[in-house]
Amino acid sequence: MKTEIISSGFGGQGALTVGKFLAKAGMGEGLNVSWLPSYGPEMRGGTANVSTVISDKPIASPLVTYPDILIALNQPSIDKFGPNIRKNGLLIVNTDMCPHGIKRDDITIIEAPMNQIAKEIGSMMVLNMVAIGIVIGKTGIVKYETIEKDLTGFLRKKNPELLEANLKAIRKGIEIGKNN
Amino acid sequence: MAEKVLMKGNEAVAEAAIRAGCRLYFAYPITPQSELIEYMAKILPKVEGIFVQAESEVAAINMVYGASGTGRRVMTSSSSPGISLKMEGISYLAGANLPAVIINVQRGGPGLGDIQPAQGDYFQATKGGGHGDYRLIVLAPSTVQEFADMADLAFDLGDKYRNPVMILSDGLLGQMMEPVEFKPYKTEDELKQLDEQHFDWCMYPNEDEPNHHHHEINSLEIDPLVLEQHVIKLGKKYDLIEKNEKRFEEYNISDENDVVVVAFGTAARIAKSAIDELQDAGKSVGMIRPITVWPYPYEAIKNVLHDRVKKVVVCELNLGQMVEDVKLAVNGKIPVEFLGKVGGILFTPDEIKTKILDK
Repeated sequence: MKTEIISSGFGGQGALTVGKFLAKAGMGEGLNVSWLPSYGPEMRGGTANVSTVISDKPIASPLVTYPDILIALNQPSIDKFGPNIRKNGLLIVNTDMCPHGIKRDDITIIEAPMNQIAKEIGSMMVLNMVAIGIVIGKTGIVKYETIEKDLTGFLRKKNPELLEANLKAIRKGIEIGKNN
Repeated sequence: MAEKVLMKGNEAVAEAAIRAGCRLYFAYPITPQSELIEYMAKILPKVEGIFVQAESEVAAINMVYGASGTGRRVMTSSSSPGISLKMEGISYLAGANLPAVIINVQRGGPGLGDIQPAQGDYFQATKGGGHGDYRLIVLAPSTVQEFADMADLAFDLGDKYRNPVMILSDGLLGQMMEPVEFKPYKTEDELKQLDEQHFDWCMYPNEDEPNHHHHEINSLEIDPLVLEQHVIKLGKKYDLIEKNEKRFEEYNISDENDVVVVAFGTAARIAKSAIDELQDAGKSVGMIRPITVWPYPYEAIKNVLHDRVKKVVVCELNLGQMVEDVKLAVNGKIPVEFLGKVGGILFTPDEIKTKILDK
């Protein structure tokens, strides 16, 4: 099976990191993965975005035009990529930054106030981890344990508090993903 | 088996070059290849290598020229406008029979162009670019793994033929992350052997070799009769490379093919998606992907054109620079069509499908 994902948001929200952790976890589970970021000039307040493909077969084109999953951390991301989500696809929305959302009834939409959740956990840096959690909880394309192991590997010594906040955010996301 | 790591193409090829024995690297930064120079700056000093950020691309390639004369493995990299600046030095390297690896992470052109992926330097890489009768061996990767593997191959080919080798990549492969598996680092003994293979011509101060200071590294020969013989000899070397080193990949090639696609690098990757989707819909399309774009695998294309094949479609991220090579291979037997994108824009698999199905 092949899953094509676009993750997108303001610079600094961690949209590219969402793709990176999903790709790394996919690789850790023996799947083929590719991670293709947008680079170069992007309007302030625009859409830093990344195409991530996770597949059990070799990946031909790494460029995602019609995503199975769109992770939209801000409204411009929905405006730009929302109409291209495949039928029966999944849209994950950060409601704190997406005032208008999108009107589509042929896809699944999961909404979560990610800024607020991150704030409650204690670090705005982990709002993207809520999105990763929702992907895992809803689709199971990668396992929580794989990402936990990866994060623990490089954060345990460097910043144990941030590690705990990250894991908490992912688990919260999984909960939301499972209940929607 | 070594563990896989998720890495950008730019970083992966740098790591692979160091593992292949590259300890000398000179370059000037430019997007979209800057991670490559950053990686070299970070790692080379740790392995007793020499990294210099030169004051310009022209300076960098001339540092490569000098360093290559010592017989050590030396590399430079840049992106399209920077590669243009290096062309004089590349011609000198070729003229002086020197090995070196040059990486071009192509971006949109001409001129300063933009910083998005493109393949507009095909002519420059494969047909010349610099002056005089010379050839570069040109390798075109299409995955991050292949990009990394080509570092090793490029150094080996360079040493084998004493010729500069270019890896013709692009911004997509440079910026993209994919899992990569690396070969082990060359051992001290292996590095010594690499050096020794050049002792009969290089400037390496080897006490065991009686004439070691008398080797001359030069691309100037003022006597036309001597230069004539020199260039004829170069030509024989290029003939030998053409005979031995053509590389290509066949994808979905079969007796059922109605159409054959020819594409290299990133364009070939996108074409593969189109071919897979058409195969699922019951339409058989094959592809030849040149891995060496010089020497060009003409026969590989010719050999798959059986009676059922109605046309050849060339897909490139330029205005059709490879089309003439494909036409040479097809030799007028069937139509050769072209689909291109320029300015750093990529085609989608859908656009390639439409072109293939177009009657």
